[in-house]
Amino acid sequence: MNRVVRAARLVGVVWYLQLRMFAVSAFEALMQLIWPMIFATSAFLIFRVNGDRELLIFAGLGASAMGIWSAMATAASNLLQEERWSGTLELLVAAPAPLALVLAPVALAMATMGLLSMVVTLLWARFAFGISIPVADISGFLVSILVTIAAMAMLGFLLSVSVIRYRTSWALGNALEFPGWLLGGFFVPLAILPDWVKPLSYVFAPTWGLAGMRDAAAGRSPWLQCAICVALGVAYGVIGLLLSKRLLTSARRNATLSLT
Amino acid sequence: MTSTVEVTDLCRSFKTSTGLLWRSHRTTEAVRDLSFSVERGELFGLLGPNGAGKTTTIKMLITLLLPTSGVARVLGIDVARDPQAVRSRIGYVFGGERGLYERLSAADNLRYFAELYGVSPRSQRTRIAELLELVDLSGREKERVEGFSRGMRQRLHIARGLLHDPEVLFLDEPTIGIDPVGARQLRELVVRLREAGKTILLTTHYMLEADLLCDRIAVIDKGQLLALGTPTELKSSVDIGQVIEVETFGLPQTAIDRIETLDGVRTVTASVRGHLQLLVVQGHPGAEVTGSVLAAVDDQVVHRVLTREPTLEDAYVALVGGS
Ligand SMILES: Nc1ncnc2c1ncn2[C@@H]1O[C@H](COP(=O)(O)OP(=O)(O)OP(=O)(O)O)[C@@H](O)[C@H]1O
Ligand SMILES: [Mg+2]
Repeated sequence: MNRVVRAARLVGVVWYLQLRMFAVSAFEALMQLIWPMIFATSAFLIFRVNGDRELLIFAGLGASAMGIWSAMATAASNLLQEERWSGTLELLVAAPAPLALVLAPVALAMATMGLLSMVVTLLWARFAFGISIPVADISGFLVSILVTIAAMAMLGFLLSVSVIRYRTSWALGNALEFPGWLLGGFFVPLAILPDWVKPLSYVFAPTWGLAGMRDAAAGRSPWLQCAICVALGVAYGVIGLLLSKRLLTSARRNATLSLT
Repeated sequence: MTSTVEVTDLCRSFKTSTGLLWRSHRTTEAVRDLSFSVERGELFGLLGPNGAGKTTTIKMLITLLLPTSGVARVLGIDVARDPQAVRSRIGYVFGGERGLYERLSAADNLRYFAELYGVSPRSQRTRIAELLELVDLSGREKERVEGFSRGMRQRLHIARGLLHDPEVLFLDEPTIGIDPVGARQLRELVVRLREAGKTILLTTHYMLEADLLCDRIAVIDKGQLLALGTPTELKSSVDIGQVIEVETFGLPQTAIDRIETLDGVRTVTASVRGHLQLLVVQGHPGAEVTGSVLAAVDDQVVHRVLTREPTLEDAYVALVGGS
């Protein structure tokens, strides 16, 4: 019990301090907040002309999720690379706390920023463009947003674990940015993707989360999609956890914790 | 009774590759068959030139690197087998500007690591205040580390390393790049820590510092142990007699060559000091060379002469230079 409380406290404090670091850096804040807004704005502008309600929801939500994904995919891997540069990665590893307990709240902090930017985007759409996304099932919609962002955070966690071992894998996060847009069906319907890509998009949790959001907005039931999204997110987390131990040992063998 | 740090036949090699198209792989043997032990409460120095393998040795001891072969135990625990058990009982501080969260305040940096080291929430506040006081940063704790000077960062680093009150401390060049007054304060702090019963393993390039602080010293080069003993033992182990320092101006190379061939002279090194030239002549033990050295130098150009007993630096140069 005591250990659980300890772990929860650790996660809480690291999450809080990480948010503080984000808040200090104007660049990071910009990346995480403004980026999704720009995406969504262009989407609203393009699709407003059309006047199709369903399409507006599709585009607006997709664009916003797309921005969050971009910020998350790149930030998760770059963050750890930064820690390597500043020498703190070694200190994190040298500490007795399990590394997964340090990385998870970092990803969580990014998810928090993602959530914030989603809210800002929706408000922005409402007050700057007079577009209110009509949501039929509010609670289903909110749950879908939460699980999408949580699943993205878990994916960020998985990415950051790999950065510990592979010095160059921060580039992986950047490389995943654009494929993620397509895979998740953020902006183009999944139906138009070639068949061989579809299995990939089915194991990409945000696909399901976003589908849940759209269904909830349109008044259909989002719960199955949410459940799949959660299951995938949990799977990412478990894989990350299992990998973190092995990759850490491997990093100690291959001397990849520091720069030299 | 086991030693606090016990290193037996420790080896570590690194594979590095160079070139883009024709990748050539090389193996660097950073630490080779190193053995030594540090006793409880001891302040142990690890000396050696750049690239000798000091940092690599420390990183194996603090569980950041796995040994290629050999065994290292800290507090009786094998660092390769049970890293987690070692981590909570040791502290690590390295010199330089890195290793802090620039965008957090000093206090938040300490909070972060207090949490990572499982310092109980109840005692965190007092512990952090205590440490800030100890390293003379009280009153600046709310400022962001970005704005800290080198010395301040180094002191914050030390506070971080002490958060969980570790039994063993590893200090890798803690005084590097710090002004003389700051370095002295830091040394005083290290002495106080030893008096408080901590076992400390320290690396440094400042011989005076090592001489002043260390109970015992290991000199390593190219990953291998060259000598091990108290500073006094090291000084007497290398066969240096008297050392004569002569400050001159414009001494010709021929004169230096002549001195080298004198009876009883072991080594001669010449270096430039501003507009002066400093000649350090080491004699063989028991030899009286002052007279003959001065005779070999035209006394028109002699500025100052000093005769002294060999220092740790002399011993170090003799050990490392001769290997
Ligand atoms: N991660 C690494 N990859 C490849 N080679 C490495 C790595 N770390 C250290 N080395 C090599 O191992 C050798 C020992 O390095 P180490 O950093 O231990 O020396 P040191 O005694 O601490 O030197 P200094 O006084 O300069 O700090 C050097 O030749 C160095 O280039
Ligand atoms: Mg070093």
